[in-house]
Amino acid sequence: MAETSQFCTFYLDKLLFGVELCGVQEVIRSLEMTKVPLAPGVVSGLINLRGQIVTAVDLRRRLELAPAPAGTHAMNVVVRSEDGAVSLLVDEIGDVVEVEQSSFEAPPETLRGSVRSVILGVHKLKDRLMHVLDIEKACQMTEV
Amino acid sequence: MNENDIVKEFLVESYENLDRLDRDLVGLEKNPQDREALAGIFRTIHTIKGTCGFLGFGNLEKVAHVGENLLTRLRDGQLTLSPEITTALLGMVDAVRQMLRQIESSGKDGESDYPDLRERLTRLQHAGVATSPKAAATAESANSVKAIEAPDPPAEVDSASATITAATPGKQQESETRHAAEMPQPAPRVAEDEQGQHTAQTPSMQASASESTVRVHVGLLDKVMTLVGELVLSRNQVLQFASRMRDPAFLAATQHLNLITTELQEGVMKTRMQPIGNIWGQFPRTVRDVALGCGKQVEIEMEGKETELDKTIIEAIKDPLTHLVRNSVDHGIELPAERIKKGKDPAGRLKLHAFHEGGQVNIEISDDGAGLNEQKIRAKAVDRGIVSAEQAGRMTEHEISNLIFLPGFSTAEKVTKVSGRGVGMDVVKTNVERIGGSVDVHSVAGQGTTVRVKIPLTLAIIPALVVTCGGDRYAIPQLSLLELVRLEADKVAKGIELVHGAPVYRLRGRLLPLVYLERELQLAANANATASGDGAVNIVVLQAGDRQFGLVVDQINDSEEIVVKPLRKQLKTIKTFAGSSIMGDGKIALILDVLGLAQRASVITESHERALGERSMEGTAGAAEKQTFLLFAGPGGSRMAIPLSTLARLEEFPVSQVEVSGSQWVTQYRGQILPLVRLSVVLEERRAKLRALRAPPAPDSGPVQVLVLNHEGRWFGLVVEQILDIVEDPADVRMAATRASVLYSVVIGGRVTELLDIPAILRSAEPNLVRHSAAAGAAEGAS
Repeated sequence: MAETSQFCTFYLDKLLFGVELCGVQEVIRSLEMTKVPLAPGVVSGLINLRGQIVTAVDLRRRLELAPAPAGTHAMNVVVRSEDGAVSLLVDEIGDVVEVEQSSFEAPPETLRGSVRSVILGVHKLKDRLMHVLDIEKACQMTEV
Repeated sequence: MNENDIVKEFLVESYENLDRLDRDLVGLEKNPQDREALAGIFRTIHTIKGTCGFLGFGNLEKVAHVGENLLTRLRDGQLTLSPEITTALLGMVDAVRQMLRQIESSGKDGESDYPDLRERLTRLQHAGVATSPKAAATAESANSVKAIEAPDPPAEVDSASATITAATPGKQQESETRHAAEMPQPAPRVAEDEQGQHTAQTPSMQASASESTVRVHVGLLDKVMTLVGELVLSRNQVLQFASRMRDPAFLAATQHLNLITTELQEGVMKTRMQPIGNIWGQFPRTVRDVALGCGKQVEIEMEGKETELDKTIIEAIKDPLTHLVRNSVDHGIELPAERIKKGKDPAGRLKLHAFHEGGQVNIEISDDGAGLNEQKIRAKAVDRGIVSAEQAGRMTEHEISNLIFLPGFSTAEKVTKVSGRGVGMDVVKTNVERIGGSVDVHSVAGQGTTVRVKIPLTLAIIPALVVTCGGDRYAIPQLSLLELVRLEADKVAKGIELVHGAPVYRLRGRLLPLVYLERELQLAANANATASGDGAVNIVVLQAGDRQFGLVVDQINDSEEIVVKPLRKQLKTIKTFAGSSIMGDGKIALILDVLGLAQRASVITESHERALGERSMEGTAGAAEKQTFLLFAGPGGSRMAIPLSTLARLEEFPVSQVEVSGSQWVTQYRGQILPLVRLSVVLEERRAKLRALRAPPAPDSGPVQVLVLNHEGRWFGLVVEQILDIVEDPADVRMAATRASVLYSVVIGGRVTELLDIPAILRSAEPNLVRHSAAAGAAEGAS
């Protein structure tokens, strides 16, 4: 049997993204955010995750996508990074998908810019492409 | 409890006891007459020996046995402690520790039974004393008592006689009493126990010391702490819900829940804190070993042992601190002969000092040795290509000293020899920085070196002032806080002046640079940036290093104890924040790093050498026992004070704003009527008081100086002649008061000052206030 792996998927600006399920701690709906002045723009703020202070990263900004329309409530995908838990803010949560290694393909050469370092590649699902994110890179708070 | 558990317990307990042993032995060397310490050491070894006999660790038992024999002789006064004996005993402690480690890893106490060590201990035991066989016999007999075989050896007779002699301790009987103390009991309890029971010798005698503590896994504590955090949030929700309810029983229950939760939260937070003394305990031994090894005499002094740090931090700084201590002895302090030549005491001094400052924990390790050799460090740094010759020429002494922390420096052995410092200093720096701290070295040639380790208060609980700015709350560590000033809306324009665009405020005649938090944090500036709705300006006067500045915030909320949580590594680069904290309502507040903020706002720069308010700097550096007082001139220019803690704000009202309601002076203050109590009236004799009471303020007099106080929920202003100063003083020279409304006369700042009794003043002013609110007019004097 071919090697498969599970991904937690979510949507950002109608694109489908996925992170490896084993790196995800939990998914929660939007929480109250405390902004951090002077922090890099990708840092949305801090959230209180049951007594643990977690930094929230604006994934749209991290991936150089258009800012979310005003009034949308982002979901928190809390992932485990080397430096503790980090919350990735996403538009909408998708399903957990199981994919075979064979459906993976590296990003095309035409994908340029710094986003390339965050997107490991894509899995070719039946009807669409799932962008695979590098959790460590996605959690980095410096501007891309 | 299976055998494994028993062994584990034994290991943990023994490790703890051995750590204490190191300390006790070194202490004993200084004071060989300390019989209690000796008895304590004896007990520890005795317990280890007894327990490992029971658990079947033969080799360990053998080593402990010879050690015990030697200790018996010492305890009985047949031998006096010499450095040689101490070294041998410490060697035994090390051997025991080594074997315990072996037991921990393999379950066996190892192959070696340390014949050399045992031989040495035995030799020392017999050295120079004729009566050795008897002593050995005593020790043996004690052991058999321990094993509960009780064949009634001669020692038993001794013990029995000691029951009598212990009550009348004489010089001669002293040693016999010690025989009785064979039983591992704390010395004072011996006689008593023996009267009750002849063979009180269970190995659980340490229960008295450890009964009050329980070992808990840190993971469990963490979990409990998180759960308590959750509980606090739930409590808050319940409280909000309760505020809409009318059921008194339910309200009472929620009130109770509220109190208990708060206490529980405090209690749990404290469980993780440990005094730094826990790791300092081993330093006397370290110092002794290193000093002995290089033929030096070193006295160690410790201050601030009780300074509390989070357990994880304590563990992280243990090695760096040990290294610094070793380094100070090894390289810092000179040989006795050299010291005498320099006119110093042959014994060097090593001082450890821990204290909280500026929201951080500072640990200073200072010696009075030779100091760093700047010239050689400079030369070497250039030689090694770490800095260019030109750079080195421009560097200050302080910068040069800190070159020793560079990795290139430390690994080179030759530099070490020349400069006297450096092995592993980069490792120290790395380790301290890993937990977010910093290391700094100051050295004065010929006088010594001080290494200061600053550790963030990660997870430490600190009192903080909570302020609001741009809609978010920020916490300011109380340690940096000097005072709060509120400028009313109509004073803002006049109160805040500009020095070529830089805002300043005149605080008691000195210019206080103002920093607007909203601007520094680049928060979206709304039209009325710093006003708190009513146009007033709140200034938080802060101390950053040796300077003061005023931080302008939107609103001052409250002071509370907060638990500091570190920021993520990447957010740590923002120097303005020291950490974050979860507030009572579950929301997060950032903790301001006052120094970082000051640097950002350029309050502190090298060229900016204008130190404000030297006197208060002396004050803030002072000890914790000092109290802070507000000094002011009372009627007739007399010097008076109130504790600063009772003061809410200082205000100045022009005479035109003071109105007279009946006989009471009042003013409109923040939408309320603030009664003004005149000190001149309260302190006046009764007859004159009546007259004074009715008099309105003279229209041409200057503005009225008012101390705004809050007493039991009521605001009032105390009118004084002139505000003088804020000082810190222990105020321990006191004399009884000579008039009413005065607590006592004290010496503050070298001058006699009357400390006011606020409640008494209010009591004497109160009848007026009450009457006015009921029916205006009745202006009879105060009680």
